[in-house]
Amino acid sequence: MTWKQVFTSSVGKKLVMAFTGIFLILFLIVHAGLNACIWANDGGEMFNKGAHFMGANVVPRILEIGLFVGLILHIVQGLMLELDNRKKRSVGYAVAYSDGSKWYSRSMGILGTLILLFLVLHLSDFWFPNRAHQNFVLGEEIDLYAKMKETFSVLWVVIVYVLGCLSLGYHLAHGFQSAFRTVGVHNRKYNLMLVSLGLGFSVIVTLLFALMPLSFYFGWIN
Amino acid sequence: MEHYNMNLTVKVWRQKNSKEKGGFESYPVKDISSEMSFLEMIDVLNEQLIRDGDDPIAFDHDCREGICGQCSMYINGKPHGAWKANTTCQLHMRAFKDGETVTVEPWRAGAFPVIKDLMVDRSAFDRIIQAGGYISVNTGNAVDGNALPINKDKADASFAAAMCIGCGACVAACKNSSAMLFLSAKVAHLALLPQGEPERKSRVLNMVAQMDKEGFGACTNTGACEATCPKEISISNIARLNQEYLVASLTADK
Repeated sequence: MTWKQVFTSSVGKKLVMAFTGIFLILFLIVHAGLNACIWANDGGEMFNKGAHFMGANVVPRILEIGLFVGLILHIVQGLMLELDNRKKRSVGYAVAYSDGSKWYSRSMGILGTLILLFLVLHLSDFWFPNRAHQNFVLGEEIDLYAKMKETFSVLWVVIVYVLGCLSLGYHLAHGFQSAFRTVGVHNRKYNLMLVSLGLGFSVIVTLLFALMPLSFYFGWIN
Repeated sequence: MEHYNMNLTVKVWRQKNSKEKGGFESYPVKDISSEMSFLEMIDVLNEQLIRDGDDPIAFDHDCREGICGQCSMYINGKPHGAWKANTTCQLHMRAFKDGETVTVEPWRAGAFPVIKDLMVDRSAFDRIIQAGGYISVNTGNAVDGNALPINKDKADASFAAAMCIGCGACVAACKNSSAMLFLSAKVAHLALLPQGEPERKSRVLNMVAQMDKEGFGACTNTGACEATCPKEISISNIARLNQEYLVASLTADK
């Protein structure tokens, strides 16, 4: 079995989704943790220090390349799997079957696409203007806290961000436990733990991210 | 439970052969006993169709006691009907109310093409088994079955996986038409036992390759298969298969 055969098999494709998914889950912890510095309520001083470390230091910038590779692999493989799976039943059922599975488990492709659309907006709001200001090297950055304050003063942007976070939350509610099942966690003692951890993680991450634009819009922070 | 008779409308998928396009036909059936099995109700309907000079409905069945895996009807939006851990032949008419319209469809999957009406070609499952669902046995005298000690928990887990009757309800229920629950049951059943050890790595690699070749979709762990399985095969077998596949692909010699 060559590597090509492994990674083009149905299980191999799932493994790519799971490994990149777990990697992106780890990224979300870093992202949410760093952004939570806005609640230090110090006019963005602590947040900007953290953001500066991530943007002007060579190590996080190299890791950033890895993040994009992981993200693109997850998106491309995910879309290909979704399209491929849909082709496997050319004649559908007159009465649909929905037992035993949650709507968000069956809608990972749609939720993922919504997150992708949200990401385009999100990157063009923050990441792209900041990197463009740096000429895509390690130069001077923009004041990201001020940029957040400005961006989240517009109601429709806040609504889109909250909806984006909700899509992410439901994507994680299935994705978290599914990723671990895919890498082979089958022991009964871990199954319940995985589902609870996955649900807990998705609720906490959704709340943290959604509260950021809301905090700026409603003036809960300076 | 009290016995009663009912009149039903059976809306059933009719398709002449694998080439022609099919469609639904509705038939009234009268005086159906609540104690009949679903297949007996279809038998009654078929006798009625034959008397009327129509073509009877083709459907797969064999043992009619829930162990052969032949019956394969998708009834009112559920593979094998509404009862849990149950096959179509063991679904009894007391599951239905008088006057109800019952919709009966064949398994729907590209890898299970319709042969006629409610019969689908499930030989893809046979080819998956041929790809690795076997063990090597030395010729000569049969070995004493009790000579080889096997951990009780593993024996139980293996037996639970071996309960799979290969009916294909998991494929029918899965939104991706994936055969992973079937495949994982077959792989787990042998991987848990010492007898399965010699072909352990090649088995999982070859069987997954054959499953993909047959045109089944990839698993996304939704859990629909486990919910519909007449033998209650656990979805944990799929995670076990994933582990077997990961280890085999990393450590196989070629």
